[in-house]
Amino acid sequence: MTEPLIYELSAPGREGVKPPKLDVPPSELPTELLRESLPLPEVSEIDVVRHYLRLSQLNFAIDKGMYPLGSCTMKYNPKVNEVAARLPGFTGLHPLQDETTVQGALYLMYELQEYLKAISGFAGVTLQPAAGAQGELTGVLIMRNYHLDRGDTKRHIILVPDSAHGTNPASTNMSGLRVVQLPSDARGNVDINALKEQICEEVVGLMITNPNTLGLYEENLVEVIELVHSCGGLVYGDGANLNALMGVMRPGDVGIDVLHFNLHKTFSTPHGGGGPGSGPVGVAPHLVDFLPGPIVILDEEMSSDDYPYFSLSTPPKSIGRVKSFWGHFGMLVRTYTYIRMLGDKGIRDAAEHAVLNANYLLSQIKGLFPLPYDRICKHEFVIEGHLKEAPDIHALDIAKRLIDYGVHPPTNYFPLIVPEALMIEPTETESKQSLDNYAAILRQIAAEAVEQPELLHDAPHDSPVRRLDEVQAARNPVLRYQRDEA
Amino acid sequence: MVYLPHTDEERRQMLEAIGVESLEALFADIPPAYRYPELGLPEPLSEAEILQELTELSQANLNASLVPTFLGAGAYRHWSPSVIDYLISRGEFATAYTPYQPEVSQGTLQAIFEYQSMICDLTGMEVANASHYDGATATAEAVIQAINVFRLKRKKIVLSPTLHPQYREVVRTYTQGMGLDIVGDDDPQRSLEALIALVDADTACVIVQSPNFLGEIEPLAGLADRIHAQDPRTLLAVVTNPLSLGLFTPPGDYGADIVLGEGQPLGLGLNFGGPYLGFYATREKYLRQLAGRLVGETVDVDGKRGFTLTLSTREQHIRREKATSNICTNQGLMALAATIYLAALGKQGLRKIAELNYHKAHYAAQQINVLEGYEVLTTKPFFNEFMVACPASVEEINDFLLDDYDIEIIGGYDLGRNFPGWENRMLIAVTEMNSREEIDDFIEALEEFAAIHQAGGGDHHD
Repeated sequence: MTEPLIYELSAPGREGVKPPKLDVPPSELPTELLRESLPLPEVSEIDVVRHYLRLSQLNFAIDKGMYPLGSCTMKYNPKVNEVAARLPGFTGLHPLQDETTVQGALYLMYELQEYLKAISGFAGVTLQPAAGAQGELTGVLIMRNYHLDRGDTKRHIILVPDSAHGTNPASTNMSGLRVVQLPSDARGNVDINALKEQICEEVVGLMITNPNTLGLYEENLVEVIELVHSCGGLVYGDGANLNALMGVMRPGDVGIDVLHFNLHKTFSTPHGGGGPGSGPVGVAPHLVDFLPGPIVILDEEMSSDDYPYFSLSTPPKSIGRVKSFWGHFGMLVRTYTYIRMLGDKGIRDAAEHAVLNANYLLSQIKGLFPLPYDRICKHEFVIEGHLKEAPDIHALDIAKRLIDYGVHPPTNYFPLIVPEALMIEPTETESKQSLDNYAAILRQIAAEAVEQPELLHDAPHDSPVRRLDEVQAARNPVLRYQRDEA
Repeated sequence: MVYLPHTDEERRQMLEAIGVESLEALFADIPPAYRYPELGLPEPLSEAEILQELTELSQANLNASLVPTFLGAGAYRHWSPSVIDYLISRGEFATAYTPYQPEVSQGTLQAIFEYQSMICDLTGMEVANASHYDGATATAEAVIQAINVFRLKRKKIVLSPTLHPQYREVVRTYTQGMGLDIVGDDDPQRSLEALIALVDADTACVIVQSPNFLGEIEPLAGLADRIHAQDPRTLLAVVTNPLSLGLFTPPGDYGADIVLGEGQPLGLGLNFGGPYLGFYATREKYLRQLAGRLVGETVDVDGKRGFTLTLSTREQHIRREKATSNICTNQGLMALAATIYLAALGKQGLRKIAELNYHKAHYAAQQINVLEGYEVLTTKPFFNEFMVACPASVEEINDFLLDDYDIEIIGGYDLGRNFPGWENRMLIAVTEMNSREEIDDFIEALEEFAAIHQAGGGDHHD
């Protein structure tokens, strides 16, 4: 059964929740400025609850089952985080309140900046960016301004490996810089020779994801960083895959200059069906002055021995503000809670078990599908979703058939450098049973692909809707409720 | 081990299956010198302990929702119906990813489709995207859309000086590498006439805010025509408060090309500044230059109605450096909250809330305007925020309200923070959450301050 649109539940004159009452004398409304109609739905409170609850039930979610989307780190989202973020002393705070009245919130932000510095090995952190892509834009602008500040105006190139997330080149372009793509070598690393050819004094920097989107540790990392630094360039780390390495290796220690964190991946804040995320950025000492402002500082002058005092302060050469106010505070509370519950050991445990789970799952399905890079992987791995014995079967068919078995498909058709890519990231919070189950399903599907390929072609069978006509959706876009249909 | 389900025996079996001796062996490719640094994080806490610590920390703040608050300036204390948090807390919504697999994401997809529809209805526009981060970044995206419409050939952007100062700053941060000429906002007194006069054949867009940062409703009627008299192709983007659209004619009806703003007033908590919601709508003819995700209606193989992400050839994961924006993760759950807010209040409820804001703000303005030493400077119509000239600096008045008056009151925004010379000007926001008693207390407090100040008791702090 299809769930109607909220508009289709509407009846003229029906009222929803009851607004507060008017307790002051009304003023005259400026009639010439008033709108004539407001075509919103008219539904009751119970209509709203039932409608959105029924909609929720059409979703798959981490809370329902294994959701191994590569590059997305769909780990368990602890419920204590939600309780913490909803404490009234946090939710009720206005961002422009006097600093003296928000010291608890500023303390939390300051400490979180310190924790992220400790985990990454950087000298400074901004919590402002709203998501990973905004963190990238922030980082690229920081690199650009670093060079300009030194009077080095000829640099305009950002090197991006072909395995990178699409946000890397897009963020570069928004910064007014030019992307030069680097190929990967046969082991899935950045091709060092290709990199050497591009090294010149026009390079602003290189954006690198480590482990890369193939789930592989960048074996040439130290050499890559040295090469880029040798021409005066800087190295940007895409922290989307930090879950593989936190507590095991710090990006700042190996010479990465700037990196964004994805709190909604590595640090367990929920994805919310597409957001909100949070993308703090960490930088090495020479870039601290360029961070977007404001950041939280310990105000020595206002502090006493017993009471530290925290202020918001904009670094001297700041690239400027990247969003309003101070960042996604609600996500920061969740992350603070998570880090405080894990500590040093818990952070390392998380990374080690993320890598254990990925390698274990890989060991259980090895030989089923082509494996383009056969190495110890990190937190995720990429297989090719096709079979010699079943030439009509594509990665998409395998993905859709997984839905029939009550689990979520992996990321498909990314990274772009692997044909029919299926990118699997189990995360550390899945149990051995859960991984064994996923492996068994993949084995079953591999057998079906040969014996009953139509089962895959027609999949999914039991989902709320079946395969959708995406061509029609794009060719004849219907992007809002059509009143004339009603 | 926190949140890890592994038993020792399972771990042993798993390592054996992989063919390595230990967890450390999985990291043999990392140069030994860099392995296992000491982080120095605090000792881990249990759930009970961390909640106790955080409760104490949260109570070290002054909760603006528990005292009379008249602070706005881009974030407002509004009523959030109980159904919102109940529904957005559901794990099926909160712990789902971006709906890339539509067959098992119809809940999220249909909710975004409803969101897009409601934003169009509210703004009077034709297409809305699935959200930006906040009002400030949505403004920057409007600039980028406009220069993309002109294929990067136009370089001039005209910003109204009464556009939110943080939005103006974010526009400059975002576009600093694009070689644009951003003009118009350097003089806070510049009239709309003078702003329009800046438009020429190189101007990609004009951005105005209404209600503007100072609370005034700009005369949008005829504005598009006047801009087009200067140059027929320049785009008009209007930043607006979505709650005000419960009452006022939407910018879409006045011919705006882009309507956007901060969605926080739609039932989203204050949350110390985020996460909020950037809503964004434009004309169908600009669909290809629109950034961000879009959900479209289609049918499945059985002919059943369904929803899917669509037109993704505009987006970074397909187009990479040629994408309309780098945005990927957006404000999904916040858009859902706003959708539920608009559904729960509906056509009549939203109008009532908007009227409450209007009446309460006007009541407060009338009362303040008759106080000795204070003068309401807002002369244009306003919604729920207005500017007042005060007898002393806003900083001094706000300290008095917070520390020296009988009850704690959070006063209005100090416009001196953004406009040199305006240190005595307060921007006051009044919403449906301010009871008459709160407003009357505030007015008494302002009166008392003026009396003390007049008597020369200027220094209230010992």
